[in-house]
Amino acid sequence: MSIIIDDGSRVVVQGITGNEGRFHTASMLRYGTKVVAGVTPSKGGQEVEGVPVYNTVAEAVGNHGVDTSIMFVPARFAQRAVTEAIDAGIKTLVVITEGIPQRDAIEFVTEANKRGNVIIVGPNTPGVINPLRRIKVGIMPDHVFSPGSVGIASRSGTLTYEITWHISQAGMGQSTCVGLGGDPIVGLDFVRVLEMFRDDEETKGVVLIGEIGGNAEELAAQYISEVGYPKPVVAYIAGRLAPPGKRMGHAGAIIMGKTGTASSKIEAFTKAGVPVAEKPSDIPKLLKA
Amino acid sequence: MKLFEFEAKKILQDYGVRVPKSGVVTSPEEAEAIAWEIGRPVALKSQILVSGRGKAGGIRFAADAAGAKQVAAELLGSTIKGCPVTSLLVEEKLDMVEQFYASIAVDRQARAYVVLASTSGGVDIEELAQTSPDKIARHWVDPTIGFSEREAIDIVGRLNTSQDDATKFASIIGTLYKVTMDYDAELAEINPLAKTPSGDFMAADARIIVDDNALFRHPEFADRSSVRVDDTPLEAEARKQNLAYVDLDGDIGIIGNGAGLVMATLDLVHVFGGKPANFLDVGGGGSVDITKRGLLLVMSKPEVKAVLVNILGGITRCDIVAQALIEALNESSVKKPIAVRMMGTNEAEGNQMLHQAGIDSYPNMEKAIEEILKL
Repeated sequence: MSIIIDDGSRVVVQGITGNEGRFHTASMLRYGTKVVAGVTPSKGGQEVEGVPVYNTVAEAVGNHGVDTSIMFVPARFAQRAVTEAIDAGIKTLVVITEGIPQRDAIEFVTEANKRGNVIIVGPNTPGVINPLRRIKVGIMPDHVFSPGSVGIASRSGTLTYEITWHISQAGMGQSTCVGLGGDPIVGLDFVRVLEMFRDDEETKGVVLIGEIGGNAEELAAQYISEVGYPKPVVAYIAGRLAPPGKRMGHAGAIIMGKTGTASSKIEAFTKAGVPVAEKPSDIPKLLKA
Repeated sequence: MKLFEFEAKKILQDYGVRVPKSGVVTSPEEAEAIAWEIGRPVALKSQILVSGRGKAGGIRFAADAAGAKQVAAELLGSTIKGCPVTSLLVEEKLDMVEQFYASIAVDRQARAYVVLASTSGGVDIEELAQTSPDKIARHWVDPTIGFSEREAIDIVGRLNTSQDDATKFASIIGTLYKVTMDYDAELAEINPLAKTPSGDFMAADARIIVDDNALFRHPEFADRSSVRVDDTPLEAEARKQNLAYVDLDGDIGIIGNGAGLVMATLDLVHVFGGKPANFLDVGGGGSVDITKRGLLLVMSKPEVKAVLVNILGGITRCDIVAQALIEALNESSVKKPIAVRMMGTNEAEGNQMLHQAGIDSYPNMEKAIEEILKL
């Protein structure tokens, strides 16, 4: 068993005929992902990298039994595209698109959660990669990844590649790497991915890559101590030096309290027994400890 | 995008929320005229986008028109919490018998809008959230269903109010939710929501932040050029050029791709004993044009002694990034030493090009930082 994506994942690329869609379709196919269909409204009948293009997700589902979608749709059409995919029966959606209005994301994430069995990765995510099985539903440079047993969940894109590179250099590979997404509203959070890694036999240890803003890290720390998490977890937090961001009036402070800063997150992890790396290059050492 | 108080109040007024009589002014004479029209004691409120302006002296009062002119002369042109005051909202000073609080905000963790309401509004609302959280009613809205009048009444029902107050309060919360949806607000807040001696509810202060990602749905804000009055001059220039740039007070210029990586780079420079001069994220894709403009901008900052470029591309071709950096260095009138770390497609070619142009490049971030701090 692996998490989120597996050998059976049959992938449709929404927005396949754009530059990004084409480029990453080729890259995913090279890596080994079963990209079997693409969708771009009114471009049905074409082929991209040998992959047939349809006008609707429903056609792709009907003809190819796709269950996973990766989305390169412009932000203003993203909500419609996500809703279409969910309605067509897609169970795993990887939303690469950035700049989606928060209201739209709130609506489609709520919709997915109500269905119970739909996972939304992102928006604004590099996607998910499983180096063990050579499946990539994402845009990450796959050469920094190597097969192994470290699970990674990250809020960042390029910083994930940096840290993964260090892990690979140290001779440790990865089981699954999940980009949660850099937007304020995303489908997955650290707690949900930790739950998945807990039951994943391929994963022996977990790296959490967090950053300032929100309270996902604090909640992860709380979860880890409450359940007595059975696998080693280490963390990195970016933004110790970042200037305080925009304050959302009083409401922000009322919702968040004192969470959100790097020191709050580091303190929460430390209390939960999760070592926090000072430098990205320290992660392998902490994993070995 | 933060709206000014006067803009937020105008929107609320359009939706039927009562606001004090007021006018926006940019000169003491205009302030005098507005105060004369109001004919009662007035508040003069600096139109700046930072919170806590009241406690910082940005809100003053005057008993009459002559007083308003005097106070306006003192406020206009002054600087409150680092923001130059160029306009004032002159408004009727409210008699408040009670101060309530109402807001709708995006709650990231809940992935929902949360409604907050309290009968103890005013400047100490945040403290109240810590000391007596039970005095603030919270309600998460299901966005796929919407927010009903029934829910608004339930929320207010959890607070200690009279029947009459509850009806008015609930109605305002309903309106605030509608404003939040219609304007794609991340936050719509009325604090204080004043109850006047005659029992009316009025928005004494208001704050609306529009989601930047939704601005394409709001052409009404398209020509709002003076938006970010809290920008430094370089930040304003960067914004014009579509660069995600923030000034810091050190001397090492920083350019990277991806916000997380750039923040990690700043942190690491600090760990090695250096002080970053800025944050600049040229984007996860690391576009060439942006990289070039970014380097030119960072080198133009007088305090910058040397620049660290950290590009980690999968898709980004390093030879093209190298080309952009070389072009920027050739075009720039100020030359500063730069150290580059790049990783990704065509890495070897890119590093070769940099080498030929006499630019130092390093295989990893820590090495590049160590070297730049020696300069």
